[in-house]
Amino acid sequence: MSFQEKQLPADASFGDKALNWIDARFPLSSTWKAHLSEYYAPKNFNFLYVFGSLALLVLVIQIVTGIFLVMHYKPDANLAFASVEYIMRDVPWGWLVRYMHSTGASAFFIVVYIHMLRGLLYGSYRKPRELVWLFGVGIFLCLMAEAFFGYLLPWGQMSYWGAQVIVNLFGAIPFIGPDLSLWIRGDYVVSDATLNRFFAFHVIAIPLVLIGLVVAHIVALHEVGSSNPDGVEIKNTLDERGVPLDGIPFHPYYSVHDIFIVTIFLLIFTAVVFFAPEMGGYFLEYNNFVPANPLKTPPHIAPVWYFTPFYSILRATTSDFVYWLQAGVAAYVALIILRSRLAKTCKIAAAVIGLLVIVGMFIFDAKFWGVVLMGVSVMIMFALPWLDTSPVKSIRYRPDWHKYIYIVFGIAFIVLGYLGVQPPTAVGTAIAQVCTFLYFGFFLLMPWWSAMGTFKQVPDRVVYHPH
Amino acid sequence: MILLKKLIAAAVLLPGLALASEATFPLDQAPDYTKDMAALQNGARLFVNYCLSCHSASSMRYNRLKDIGLSEEQIKNNLLFTSDKVGDMMTVAMSGKDAKAWFGAEPPDLSVIARAKASEAGSGPDWLYTYLRTFYKDDTRPTGWNNLVFPNVGMPHVLWELQGVRTAKFEEVKNPHEEGKTEHKFVGFQQVTPGTLTPVQYDKAVADLVSYMTWMAEPAQTTRKRIGVWVLLFLGVCIVLTWRLNASYWKDVR
Repeated sequence: MSFQEKQLPADASFGDKALNWIDARFPLSSTWKAHLSEYYAPKNFNFLYVFGSLALLVLVIQIVTGIFLVMHYKPDANLAFASVEYIMRDVPWGWLVRYMHSTGASAFFIVVYIHMLRGLLYGSYRKPRELVWLFGVGIFLCLMAEAFFGYLLPWGQMSYWGAQVIVNLFGAIPFIGPDLSLWIRGDYVVSDATLNRFFAFHVIAIPLVLIGLVVAHIVALHEVGSSNPDGVEIKNTLDERGVPLDGIPFHPYYSVHDIFIVTIFLLIFTAVVFFAPEMGGYFLEYNNFVPANPLKTPPHIAPVWYFTPFYSILRATTSDFVYWLQAGVAAYVALIILRSRLAKTCKIAAAVIGLLVIVGMFIFDAKFWGVVLMGVSVMIMFALPWLDTSPVKSIRYRPDWHKYIYIVFGIAFIVLGYLGVQPPTAVGTAIAQVCTFLYFGFFLLMPWWSAMGTFKQVPDRVVYHPH
Repeated sequence: MILLKKLIAAAVLLPGLALASEATFPLDQAPDYTKDMAALQNGARLFVNYCLSCHSASSMRYNRLKDIGLSEEQIKNNLLFTSDKVGDMMTVAMSGKDAKAWFGAEPPDLSVIARAKASEAGSGPDWLYTYLRTFYKDDTRPTGWNNLVFPNVGMPHVLWELQGVRTAKFEEVKNPHEEGKTEHKFVGFQQVTPGTLTPVQYDKAVADLVSYMTWMAEPAQTTRKRIGVWVLLFLGVCIVLTWRLNASYWKDVR
């Protein structure tokens, strides 16, 4: 097919001509329409739906401030700590850039946790949005890796010992563990070699994957269209032009809406940056103002707050707790065999895996199972679209008692997070163990509980009250 | 629901558990003079005279002291002991190896010490303020000095001429938690020889020094807060505008 360019009248404006020239060579107008001006989003979004846009904003903040930090930061064990202080003192506006980046890390997790909570409440991961959710969980994993690698870079005591503890976790894997953690560190302890490779991962590798996944997340979302708090598919009721009756163009309606929320977000964000950048030791840990010292282990090593729910699960897995886990696994396999409609081969596979895990728990150290549990606690989110079997998507039309399950799950998650910040105590560990069961119970029992109860009638059209 | 109740009960109990950890010497609240130029200048004078002989502040440039109202000439003539260029960092001549041999530990760099010493017990300045005021004579220690906040610290009481020599009185009291055990409990100081400063003057001098160290830990902190107010005001105006912009579009949506 030969190249065709739309003919504009001779008196067309320069702007029209330029756009026409570009559109013949690059899908500029069509992309703008497909993703913004003619992307129809449900009109009944509530404020929880803004956190996707906010996450994108924080990503941009992190990338831009990160570029400027890299200009002055030295990834060298002898220079790293001082170079951060150099940024804080001698680089013009360096303190602002650094605080935006450190506050941005915590803000990213706050925003993403709320974004995920919204997905959970309104069933945004349900068919046909499974891939949107999977890409999203991938983004969350990247974010955790990004935060972990980045946290070593200031080269303070918490940076150093946090990295030491986490890398040592890989050492708990049977047979290959010690070699694996050595390979990750590039040295026998966390050292300059570790700092250099973590720097490479933090500024190049993970951001590349992260941006790729963000694009995939948005493209997949725009392919199937956004869900909404009612869980109604707006594409089921179209007008004569094929536009959803309950849909409004993302631009301008949601762009002005998001700009409004963005200014509120920035107000809170800058209030932290300018008035409480340490956030009481949660965003910048006090001990991290002490330069890394490989010979001096701090009495209490805690990860930054956003990792603590998962860290708590790791710490809860004591050798006594393994018996409870074995009982849990046995009960779960029994449940699958007796009360599921899976194929026989699946049931046999479940029984075999369950048996291997139970036997494995006798053989391998509790520390290893703690690592496994911590890994599974994140990975299990990938399975969510297939665990939820409820006939409705949104929590609005579920039985009331489902709401209590979500509340208990939320409380368990927050309690785990709180306990992860605190030094371990006997009572704390016992509570963390209960919460670990609640956390996993929420997901693993979902195929059963999510279908139980009397569901409310889902309306044909979204519920919307004009402002 | 029983589980939920248990969890709520546990959540109520938690703060108590957190407090049950080991008791340390309670910290006094440090007065904040970080906006008082005279106090900061006095603090800087004390810092370079007393601290900088052993400790470095290697992230701090001498000429940054212009931010607390000193001229380059004043810095050069009065405060520049370890170097001859005002653009230099506050380094220390003593080698780490020597320091370790003499004091048992290398004196930490003090650039950000006021931020590093914060904990649940109090802010970093609180720690420094209490620490510098709780030295006492203890002949069992190699330096002859001990400290209540940092027991068996390697650092001698550098400010002793100002404060004078004090000893600490301890009492053996019954441990309330463990039967039959006693606790070494601090009951008060005893002034042996007077210092060149009265106790009130000494506290003020330490407060000045700590305020200086707090300022030095983040010289941009006053600028940060000053600009922050304008940024928040600006965003406050933006919120009103974007709110109305949003409303004007959304009034069409039915």
